[in-house]
Amino acid sequence: MAQAPTDPSSAETADPEESSPNMIVYRKIEDIVTRMQDDKTGGVPIRTVKSFLSKIPSVVTGSDIVQWLMKNLSIEDAGEAIHLGSLIAAQGYVFPISDHVLTLKDDGTFYRFQAPYFWPSNCWEPENTDYAIYLCKRTMQNKARLELADYEAENLARLQRAFARKWEFIFMQAEAQVKIDRKKDKTERKILDSQERAFWDVHRPVPGCVNTTEMDIRKCRRMKNPQKVKKSVYGVTEESQPQSPVHLPSQPVRKTTKEDFRKQITFLNMQIERHCLKMSKVAESLIAYTEQYVEYDPFITPAEPSNPWISDDAALWDIEMSKEPSQQRVKRWGFSMDEVLKDPVGRDQFLRFLESEFSSENLRFWLAVQDLKKRPLQDVTTRVEEIWQEFLAPGAQSAINLDSHSYEKTSQNVKDPGRYTYEDAQEHIYKLMKSDSYARFLRSNAYQDLLLAKKKLYSLEPRLYHKRRGSCSWCWWDGGGGLQLL
Amino acid sequence: MATEGLHENETLASLKSEAESLKGKLEEERAKLHDVELHQVAERVEALGQFVMKTRRTLKGHGNKVLCMDWCKDKRRIVSSSQDGKVIVWDSFTTNKEHAVTMPCTWVMACAYAPSGCAIACGGLDNKCSVYPLTFEKNENMAAKKKSVAMHTNYLSACSFTNSDMQILTASGDGTCALWDVESGQLLQSFHGHGADVLCLDLAPSETGNTFVSGGCDKKAMVWDMRSGQCVQSFETHDSDINSVRSCRLYDLRADREVAIYSKESIIFGASSVDFSLSGRLLFAGYNDYTINVWDVLKGSRVSILFGHENRVSTLRVSPDGTAFCSGSWDHTLRIWA
Repeated sequence: MAQAPTDPSSAETADPEESSPNMIVYRKIEDIVTRMQDDKTGGVPIRTVKSFLSKIPSVVTGSDIVQWLMKNLSIEDAGEAIHLGSLIAAQGYVFPISDHVLTLKDDGTFYRFQAPYFWPSNCWEPENTDYAIYLCKRTMQNKARLELADYEAENLARLQRAFARKWEFIFMQAEAQVKIDRKKDKTERKILDSQERAFWDVHRPVPGCVNTTEMDIRKCRRMKNPQKVKKSVYGVTEESQPQSPVHLPSQPVRKTTKEDFRKQITFLNMQIERHCLKMSKVAESLIAYTEQYVEYDPFITPAEPSNPWISDDAALWDIEMSKEPSQQRVKRWGFSMDEVLKDPVGRDQFLRFLESEFSSENLRFWLAVQDLKKRPLQDVTTRVEEIWQEFLAPGAQSAINLDSHSYEKTSQNVKDPGRYTYEDAQEHIYKLMKSDSYARFLRSNAYQDLLLAKKKLYSLEPRLYHKRRGSCSWCWWDGGGGLQLL
Repeated sequence: MATEGLHENETLASLKSEAESLKGKLEEERAKLHDVELHQVAERVEALGQFVMKTRRTLKGHGNKVLCMDWCKDKRRIVSSSQDGKVIVWDSFTTNKEHAVTMPCTWVMACAYAPSGCAIACGGLDNKCSVYPLTFEKNENMAAKKKSVAMHTNYLSACSFTNSDMQILTASGDGTCALWDVESGQLLQSFHGHGADVLCLDLAPSETGNTFVSGGCDKKAMVWDMRSGQCVQSFETHDSDINSVRSCRLYDLRADREVAIYSKESIIFGASSVDFSLSGRLLFAGYNDYTINVWDVLKGSRVSILFGHENRVSTLRVSPDGTAFCSGSWDHTLRIWA
């Protein structure tokens, strides 16, 4: 039987299943359909409609549902309301009375609400035996509305073959169900039959329709009692089904230990000690960032000459791969040192400038350490030594300027070489470059001329462009754009 | 450490209450900093215009649900993986399939393109992350060149190359993340702290950063120091599994709290994947209701809703130069939108 929707906050500790992603959605939909059916608070008009010789009980039109959704969920666009309504139908909470395909139409088509017994939140996973019983009993009843559709007839034929040996049992169950159904009131039967059919439309959908019962395998492990026998729609008890491959055993819940709490306490203390910014400051910096980069965002500022995806012309990418950086690209180097370091052409220009001033050792050191961190493990020891020799050893060719404390620490680190041996030194050099070299670069003629498009790069000597796999031991070149040759 | 304290005097209950009171204090401290809402400050920002975003390419070829995709740095190639075990490399600009390999397992939930463009990594129910070099030989046999790099004790949910072809970061259903040396397959660092399956990860975008963020079924998003393996920050404001995490392209996480929530009454299905546009002004989110919603990050309003997929959107990434984004779906297709 359907469970009454529980308060999610209290359900957390009581029933971990309630916070599972599917259940959260089901509860939201259930809240919606419950409100829809509540005539005291502006629900949809559910009526009995006269039709030819009979009456159609308990229906509402598609357009009434769409109107209700738009009004009560603040949806401005009918298309969106129709889409949401179709999903609610596809999940099995509302259904068209004359169609196996579960979508919502914004017209006079009649829909009915599903009975809570059949709601997906009951974690139904009906077996094929149940489905066989259902199709079988449909054929026993002489009613036009219960005639099997083509795909159902095919399904029945397949099931008859699959269950050939126990077909007698299935037939008997079907007969029993027919007997039970006959005892019910005519109107009630109409409603129940349609609800039952809608249930099967969810669990055995029309070929080509989305099967909304499919689960994301990552979420399956946390299902309650994955090994329990699946309950039958028709109360049929059978020997337990073999465990479906989808039901992996969930991890046993680990109790929190003293050690766990100690770790938590240390972590919390660390968090309390952190210097954090006021939201107003964070908001300002976020806004400033987006404003600075908005001209580079093709979704907001159309790309020049065109967005390749829209124009089918890859000119934009060809231009970016060329040696000549646009003014816009050069301007970006001025936003932060990270921007200049990220862009291969920018990096090269920065390096060139420093070389011209005979002060490139800092940048080359920084690049070498970046490269070190990207190397395979087996190359690390050699590289650490090479970097030491080139930049830090007494009498080094490209000696960098570290304060004595950093130098001391680094010398110690080198004794146990690893990818992070030069981390402290690199941070120190980074800060130095930012305040010194980078600032000078931005003020330099070299940069300013490019920025103001006074000069073109291609007039410079070709030897300064590194091929994709540079032969220098201290300089690396990843080309950035993959197979780009400069 | 001698100053660790008298452990015998610390009962489970006293530790628990200490932790609780610290949590309360932390909340208090953070609340003091919450002087305004982002969308309020953003009122002065010019509203975005109308967007016309359409599907520009549809990639058909997978035989089952598309679970993951990643862009190549060349801004046009992508790798995608599917429930049927197939991993395909496409030139999505021409929609040509350039490489394809069949994994020995189904549900290949993670895939990534190497920065050089010369290899891909993928994994899923096999609990591993494998690297495949990409060649342009006529009769390429990708499966033969496969290299097993990562080994977890449960499914692989996400993988990403760090800034180099030589290291891979993985996230797993076993509750851990790990950093691996590709060449030797050696574990360089492991990251423990999630209380349940880790579903996603994202590297901090800066050149100098050594951090990444992960999200899990324990509803936590955790920020890690790659060097030490320690968790440096943790966020716990979601009500359920965190399917996707993305670092804002900002220089650091100094707010230490939730900055904004993007939701609507009419959106009731979960979001499976998110990504930012290049400037960080737009947030693209793929949902289990088959749609993609585009949000104005600053104002908190929804800018656009994109229909097209016929089943859940499972993965979504903006291209490296921000000219388009790609979405993958349980409807077996991938779409490029611009």
